[in-house]
Amino acid sequence: MAPPPVAVRTATEWLAARAHWHPLEIVFWLAAFAAIYLLPARHLILTEIAWLGLFALSLDLILGYAGIISLGHAAFFGIGAYTAALLAKHEIINEPVIALLVSGIAAMAFGFVTSFLVLRGSDLTRLMVTLGVALLLRELANRYGWLTGGADGLQGVSIKPVLGMFRFDMFGHTGYTYCLTVLFVLFLIARRLVNSPFGLSLLSVKGNPLRSSAIGISVDARLIAIYTVAAGYAGIAGALLAQTTAFASLEVFSFYRSADLLLVLIIGGIGYLYGGLIGAIIFKFMQDYLSALTPQYWPFWVGLVLVLIVLVGRDRITSWTAPIRQIAARLNWRALVRRAGASSSEGRRR
Amino acid sequence: MLTILFDGIAYGMLLFVLASGLAVTLGLMNFINLAHGSFAMAGGYITVVLVNRLGVPFFASLPIAFLASAVIGFVFERTLYVHVYRKSHLDQVLFTIGLVFMSVTAVDYVMGSGQVFVQVPRLLQGRFDISGIGIGRYRLLIIVICGLLTVALQVTLANTRFGSRLRAAVDDSRVARGLGINVNWVFALTFAFGSGLAGLGGALGAEILGLDPTFPLKFMIYFLIVVAVGGTSSITGPFLASLLLGISDVAGKYYVPTLGAFVIYTVMIVVLIWRPQGLFTRAASR
Repeated sequence: MAPPPVAVRTATEWLAARAHWHPLEIVFWLAAFAAIYLLPARHLILTEIAWLGLFALSLDLILGYAGIISLGHAAFFGIGAYTAALLAKHEIINEPVIALLVSGIAAMAFGFVTSFLVLRGSDLTRLMVTLGVALLLRELANRYGWLTGGADGLQGVSIKPVLGMFRFDMFGHTGYTYCLTVLFVLFLIARRLVNSPFGLSLLSVKGNPLRSSAIGISVDARLIAIYTVAAGYAGIAGALLAQTTAFASLEVFSFYRSADLLLVLIIGGIGYLYGGLIGAIIFKFMQDYLSALTPQYWPFWVGLVLVLIVLVGRDRITSWTAPIRQIAARLNWRALVRRAGASSSEGRRR
Repeated sequence: MLTILFDGIAYGMLLFVLASGLAVTLGLMNFINLAHGSFAMAGGYITVVLVNRLGVPFFASLPIAFLASAVIGFVFERTLYVHVYRKSHLDQVLFTIGLVFMSVTAVDYVMGSGQVFVQVPRLLQGRFDISGIGIGRYRLLIIVICGLLTVALQVTLANTRFGSRLRAAVDDSRVARGLGINVNWVFALTFAFGSGLAGLGGALGAEILGLDPTFPLKFMIYFLIVVAVGGTSSITGPFLASLLLGISDVAGKYYVPTLGAFVIYTVMIVVLIWRPQGLFTRAASR
């Protein structure tokens, strides 16, 4: 068999290099799982961080990798939350994990249908369509009060133990372990996805849709696929919220939620999967601190941070981590090994 | 029936004055300004304070609201917005959402979260009948003022020196600079004027739309609908779009109250899918 063309080989190597696990990533996840035992008093806020991180991760998939600006990502979050809460309330599916999957699939289905709306048009059109869809859903949930509980929220939800063994407790011990496990599994899938040829083609679509279609990438199909997947992720994040709090209210669809989510992602940085997770950690602790001072005026601080971040410049915000990343690069033993190997054989580059 | 039409037209005219500034910044300067409603809210609250607390006559407070909002807009443009023009759409969205959040909570802090009303002079209260059509005096005033403004706006943009400078600056700002047009200044004045119009709209609309700190958030989608459906290449597009929106919203709330805002959102999404550049644009804009 003839060797594959150079371009394919370079692309494969590039993707393989991206897919390597960095030591800091391993440290990150070890720390997250260690928190199950080390920080039992903080499990409630850690639970929130876990589902918020997942939610931000799903936005990163469409914003960071496909370049779609969405102001209505809460739509999918809300669908997931209401599906999970309704399934539990009417005892249709008692097993939380299966209910979680079903909620994710429901959000995915809705994401697939609405994905056709974001294919065309400029940033402004997408912005408005996504915003409109979220508002529409909120209006619907408000209107059909007999199903959703209307403005009072869906009360009387009781969630059965996970896998029939682990009961949800009021300290969030089970909740955190559950959310973190779900987050980790979905993160692995997302990581696999963006480091695949599919992920690479998404980046190219984000860079220049016209040229991408010229080199044979079907732009529309890629966008529909990633939008659907991201919707599913958001739905699962919403379902996690509903399951850990045993409650769902109209607030899940609110504009604030979509806007806060943008802030979360911006704090952490766009387009490298960890941005949403790191942003969620910073955001939640900031919220915890500032809301305690002035609960009513919390959006003011959100707004201030957004304005400052944009004025200072997003790239400059992430550049304060440059020294850390340099150290991290030095720590990267695989890169060292590869460089040693490369110098002994032929001169290959990345 | 005709009364509803009349109310719808008044509502639509109001929306046009509120949103026309946005049509200018968005269409001409290609800048997504979600914080436009904040300037409208500023105008509204200024009128409320002037009329209710200081006892300034209602008619005198309208130009003051216009001027004050224009000054606020000018200051913001010079100090903050200029830094964001060149950035990506995402940055513009984040920045202006931040401004909205800050203005909403700041007004909440200063003025309280409740809804406020302007004390309208007795002359403008009530309604009279012309051949069976009930006509609210206040709404008639709105139609007159907004109609005059629309004509003035169209004439300014199409026939004056400033209008042609603005259009030149938008079409190709580099060449316009080369011809000696102070593009930054033109943009700043335009922005200030648009904010002033929004402030005037807020002042006029406080009575009809209701004014509370969440005003910018509540009406953000309406402004965007006007601009997106009307297109941004002319003034007539947004004008027709706001009339359409105003009439359909009033009629929808009157005839099918259970559906509420549902109709409008659906119509907006359908229009955007059908004609992403807007209903009333001739050629594809950029």
